[in-house]
Amino acid sequence: MLKANTDIIRLNGAEKHFGAVRALNGVDFHVVSGECVGLVGHNGAGKSTLMHMVAGTLRPDGGQIVVRGNAEIDYSVARALKLGIRCVFQELSLCPNLSIAENTRINHPALTGLGWRRKAANLIAAKLEEIFPHHGISADDIAGDLSIGRRQMVEVARAFTVTRDPLDLVILDEPTSSLDAHTAGQLLAFVRRFVAAGGSCILISHVLGEVLQNADRIVVMRDGKVVATDAAKAFDRDRLVATMGGAEAREKIAAEIAAARPADSPIRVRARPARQEDGRELVARAGEIIGLAGLAGHGQTDLLLAIFAAATRRKTGIEVAAPVALVAGDRQSDGIFPQWSIAENIGIRSLARLRNGLLISPQREAELAEFWKQKIGIRTPDMTNNIFSLSGGNQQKALFARALGSDAEIVLMDDPMRGVDIGTKLEVYDLVREEAAKGRTFLWYTTETEELDNCDHVHVFKNGRIVANLTRDELTEEKIIQSSFGDAA
Amino acid sequence: MTAIAPGTTPTSSPRSSAARARLLRSLLPALSLALVLIAIAWLNPRAISYFGFSLMLNLAIPIALATIAQMFVISGNELDLSIGTFVGFVGCVTATWLKDAPLLGVIVLIGAIGVYALLGALIHLRNLPSIVVTLGMSFVWQGLAILVLPKPGGKAPDWLLALMSFKPPFIPFPIIAALVIAAVVHFGLMRTSYGVILRGSGGNPAALRRAGWSLLRTKIVLFALTGLFGVLSGMALIGITTSADANIGNGYTLLAIAGVILGGGEFVGGRVSPIGAVLGALTLALAASPLLTFMHIPPDWQVAANGAILIIVLAARVLISRRER
Repeated sequence: MLKANTDIIRLNGAEKHFGAVRALNGVDFHVVSGECVGLVGHNGAGKSTLMHMVAGTLRPDGGQIVVRGNAEIDYSVARALKLGIRCVFQELSLCPNLSIAENTRINHPALTGLGWRRKAANLIAAKLEEIFPHHGISADDIAGDLSIGRRQMVEVARAFTVTRDPLDLVILDEPTSSLDAHTAGQLLAFVRRFVAAGGSCILISHVLGEVLQNADRIVVMRDGKVVATDAAKAFDRDRLVATMGGAEAREKIAAEIAAARPADSPIRVRARPARQEDGRELVARAGEIIGLAGLAGHGQTDLLLAIFAAATRRKTGIEVAAPVALVAGDRQSDGIFPQWSIAENIGIRSLARLRNGLLISPQREAELAEFWKQKIGIRTPDMTNNIFSLSGGNQQKALFARALGSDAEIVLMDDPMRGVDIGTKLEVYDLVREEAAKGRTFLWYTTETEELDNCDHVHVFKNGRIVANLTRDELTEEKIIQSSFGDAA
Repeated sequence: MTAIAPGTTPTSSPRSSAARARLLRSLLPALSLALVLIAIAWLNPRAISYFGFSLMLNLAIPIALATIAQMFVISGNELDLSIGTFVGFVGCVTATWLKDAPLLGVIVLIGAIGVYALLGALIHLRNLPSIVVTLGMSFVWQGLAILVLPKPGGKAPDWLLALMSFKPPFIPFPIIAALVIAAVVHFGLMRTSYGVILRGSGGNPAALRRAGWSLLRTKIVLFALTGLFGVLSGMALIGITTSADANIGNGYTLLAIAGVILGGGEFVGGRVSPIGAVLGALTLALAASPLLTFMHIPPDWQVAANGAILIIVLAARVLISRRER
């Protein structure tokens, strides 16, 4: 093969400034054909900025973009697509009002003329079937009706469909953040097949195991610079974390939790899923962190929402003994008030306490926001900035601040850490354990097995029912997978 | 137990219930129209006839066209507060220049569509709120209309009068016109490949930009289409009333918005329905005057009646959406 080992894209000394912030500081980066490049780093390290440049959505302030040996002066999205470079962005980018087939059409200018609907539907259906067998998504489904996981599946499949333009390089920015372990595995296997067939991929993931196992080469970024580039085999988890500059704290967590085991504290939540037929139920005491595990979309979110509803209105089968706050998983649609400032977004759950007479006191709101800015480390020059001025991980921190800053004694977390970098995660884990030690109760649905290490008890869900209740000592990944897939009655 | 489809069982049922709720919601405009028709039939059975419909639905054609015009801007997450006075301006041009100096009239009307396209470009490029821009434009159109036709009068061109008084066999003209309008716009916006892009620009503009589409172009196209249907509405209106008045279209702004929403559209998110919008316009046209007349309620209550219908239908929609959860 003549084309083997030729550059697809090369960035020389790429720079980008946002005001005073240097997002990228002279980065050299390249991808050759037939390789999967893993890109890791904390939020704010510059990964997304770099990828926006490769995809053509951002113009570099300095430096050069070279595609297959030709310097590109007027590089844009349209140009990137023509050259066979595509990106699956971290924020979901389907039009919720359109069907899956129509969403496919948006990425393919060539899909026009008579019968374009059928062509688009066949195209996306075939690709979904290839990547995610038994996906259960129809091309006529409206994107807004699908769960967040299915939307992500569609988006990934859409990036790999081919009509007129070539397909050489696909950027996958946190492609598995909303997928359960099973579908994530299907996707990564497909990526390996794609790369083996001569395609190239850039894989950005906060799940370091995914990057270590699937990338050929790993690029580590920190503070807008590339700090290490090496074959994936040369890295292991510890070296990766050390290079990224994150604190490795898993063992510490385990020890802390074992030490801080709560005694017989009062019961805060007693809940039985609507579909539960046997006597199992979820019991959460003050100071406990309860994990909800299992494949995505098997009733964990439904139970959290039911508990949330039960806090204000009586509901059979669910008892709630204290105020409740919810940290939403789909932060764009369920968590954030897009027009509001960071401070307003934090204060909304605590309005009663922020009141001064009939009005909200801006001063108290600012105090609350400032306290949590310090406590949780929200990186912004000004809490009155719009919430969207924050990076994804910091937006999520603001949502945590909203819940933890409130009077809620029970905090429900609906897989809130998807797409958040490991540094932020470790900070939030610490905070959750600290708050639990003070007596708060956490119910934590997560699709990441590693996060369950923080929990005292883990309930595994399948088809809307609790099928297993594991204590911390019994908790292993195998057990969870076994229960999630086992044919429980 | 060979292969497990993850999440099939628990998530497929909410999805089909979402589809059911959507079907129910899309039937709402037709249901409300049927309800108004039944009420009219019960109050005055003789109205349900060829002549009855021709009379009752006469003014529905311009309302339907203005509603479609409004629907185009709404599908791009904008709002046009000037459509009413624009229809009035077009009416004045139609009753004067288009009859006396057809070439000048045609140029002015095409120019007016061009102005709409420019407004779309301006709103996109300067990131202005369309409500403010079109509110300002509504006074401009009103002023121009008064300049063109200071006193009520003028006369519609003969071909237009002939077209609007066309009496096809069996089915009254307004019903045929409504069907044609709904079918053409449905095909154009809901079925063509560029229609998808136009609706997508309301659904998720950022995604569209990332896929390499020009949002400037979609906005210009949507506003130009609004201008085009505004022109058609004004001409149809003058074809029915035969003469013009600078204030003739003023009520259309809110009627058109109400028609879009009644027809299942939403202010943001690119969720619109051309068929629903036409049905909504028909419902409002019928409920406003014929129904009130048959109920012996003075016409002063027209606006209140429209408001009541809007509240009832939107309440039904909320109830359906809540059931879905």
